[in-house]
Amino acid sequence: MTNPLFASMKQSILDGDSDAAITLAKQSLAEGIDPLEAINLGFLLGMNEIGEQFGAGQLFLPDVIMAAEAMKKATAILQPEMNRLGTQREVMGKVVLGTVKGDVHEIGKSLVGTLLSASGFEVFDLGVDVPFEAFAQKAKEVNADIVGVSALLTTTMTGQKQVIAALENAGLRPQVKVMVGGAPVTRGWANEIGADGYSEDALGAVQLAKKLMGKS
Amino acid sequence: MSNPIKYISNPRFSIKVLSDAEVLRLHTATLDVIEHTGVKFPLPRALDILEAHGATIDRSTSIAKIPAHVIEDALKLAPPAYTLGARDHAQDLLMDGQHVFLGTDGCGVEVIDPFTGDLHRSAKKDVSDCARLADALEEVSFWWAMVSAQDCPSESRGLHELEAAWNQTTKHLQTESLLHKGEIDAAIEMVALLTGGKEEARKHPLLSIMQCTISPLAHDPGSLEAGLIAAEAGLPVGYMTMASCVSTGPATLAGNLVVGNAEVIAALALIQMVYPGAPVFYAAAQTSMDLRTGAYTGGGPEDFLFGAATNQLADFYHVPLSMGAFATGAKQPDWQAAIDNSFSSFMASASGADMLLGCGLLQGSKILSYEQMVMDCEIYSIVRKMLEGILVDEEHLALDVIQGIGPGGNFLAQKHTRQHMKELWLPRLMDRRPYEQWLEKKDGAREWAGQRARDILQNHQPEPLDPKLAAELKKIITTYERQAINQ
Repeated sequence: MTNPLFASMKQSILDGDSDAAITLAKQSLAEGIDPLEAINLGFLLGMNEIGEQFGAGQLFLPDVIMAAEAMKKATAILQPEMNRLGTQREVMGKVVLGTVKGDVHEIGKSLVGTLLSASGFEVFDLGVDVPFEAFAQKAKEVNADIVGVSALLTTTMTGQKQVIAALENAGLRPQVKVMVGGAPVTRGWANEIGADGYSEDALGAVQLAKKLMGKS
Repeated sequence: MSNPIKYISNPRFSIKVLSDAEVLRLHTATLDVIEHTGVKFPLPRALDILEAHGATIDRSTSIAKIPAHVIEDALKLAPPAYTLGARDHAQDLLMDGQHVFLGTDGCGVEVIDPFTGDLHRSAKKDVSDCARLADALEEVSFWWAMVSAQDCPSESRGLHELEAAWNQTTKHLQTESLLHKGEIDAAIEMVALLTGGKEEARKHPLLSIMQCTISPLAHDPGSLEAGLIAAEAGLPVGYMTMASCVSTGPATLAGNLVVGNAEVIAALALIQMVYPGAPVFYAAAQTSMDLRTGAYTGGGPEDFLFGAATNQLADFYHVPLSMGAFATGAKQPDWQAAIDNSFSSFMASASGADMLLGCGLLQGSKILSYEQMVMDCEIYSIVRKMLEGILVDEEHLALDVIQGIGPGGNFLAQKHTRQHMKELWLPRLMDRRPYEQWLEKKDGAREWAGQRARDILQNHQPEPLDPKLAAELKKIITTYERQAINQ
């Protein structure tokens, strides 16, 4: 018989209840449940259902974000035990994210980060006003698969091109894929600067990241 | 030469979506947020100014908590009325709460080619073209940087946009694209050149500066610095909130108004602390996030309510308002565009916004459509006519004529009719033809708007700049570029 805790875990994600998710993660550790099982048989099922319901138009973006936050919190509690056991959640890919130099707009980029984490990507968020070279350094350091560059202003958007140049100079292209986003970013711009893809919204960015990893 | 501009003057009725008590409550709630939650001013100079005026500053977060009375005292120094200058003085705009002026929308990144229908990334030539169209359209009172000159260096792009526009229109310019010290200095120099000196520029500012806030409750360092420099030079400065329900503001409309209001009045107060009496304006384009995509696309009933409510707030502070109206989320000039732009322009105008931003863009202010621009002018002309209201005096009651005609006649051949018939609104784009006539080509507003735009783009001759001044404008940009880019 399955542990009833798994159903509660799933429910905590469906409810977007971070506090409950944290409590349940701690409880599962105390009961000696394998943390990977807690994720795969509990929390992740909630996330999958959220995705399905959102796709069917029954849920809205705030529902998804709340679930993703709860998922992130629960995983963080379970992570040290997974490290100790030498087990690892399957990682979809490693993504370095940031808002480009000269631009301090954070929300869109962070939204993408949250959704990527919830979808199984390992995300390294460099924050805002990030120097071009810092993207390349971090990508090299963590052996990233994808670099995501955000810009909200037409003037700072040109920095996305410079990030790509920095990655090239560091010898990371074309292995490391580049995705760009932000209000003024268009397909034409993404093509012109040689990015591997762009998305108009956060959920599209997740689809794109999966596609770039050959997993969609 | 452009024709005289057609704007809304002394509207005969107004709508209020908030009671006086509700406006006051929004105000006190805003002060509460500014004093206890604080607003982020990530510019040392701004923090110094605020601290000197009694704010509590956290240098590590750049958050300033400003006492209510400090904000209120500073806002009282803002002038309630002033003039926005135009190269053609007949096109000067009086910001006195009695007029509603239509401007263009901005700042887009793509353009639908008016001749081929293809979509392309915006360049300086497009900036030039849309300014020429704005010059010719009577309903457009001022030009807001419509699209980005993406073929110019990002450091000087804002200056290239102004230079392109001043060569194509005599109307007032407003921009949101100047974010750096050297760039705003150069823009001020350009205004001084065109007006004949720094003092003249102050009296007759050909350019007003719009800066965006970063919702929730934060500012951009460049916007703050550029705003302060522009205010020192006497150019009118406004701060625009684009707080968006659910993402950058609370889901509730009142909460979203409070967040945006805190950003705007804290910035305007900052300007008044250093440059008391400097002309400032309130600017806003709040919306609600699309629940499915997270997008900021513009349009919808919340936007329309924000348009009216924000004007009540600006009136409460006795400062002019530049209100984001039009700016549909539609992809093409269609049913959605017409609905969005009709309601938003009506609500903002009927509540007395001083400036309407603005006509001509689609997809949440990203794509320039010349057809839409011409059609938006038609929408504005309808709103303008409505706000003239109904004149009830002896002449307009027409009792003598009614008496003369009596039951069963008609009024076609009356002198009174000929005298007054041109007071009626005359459409340029509404199709009132017989059905059979329509059947011949099945054309309509969109085709006619496109045709008018193409005619203007090909034939309109704007009042040219003195070639010497035009050359000097270019020189200012080159000098700045040499410093900024090749340093």
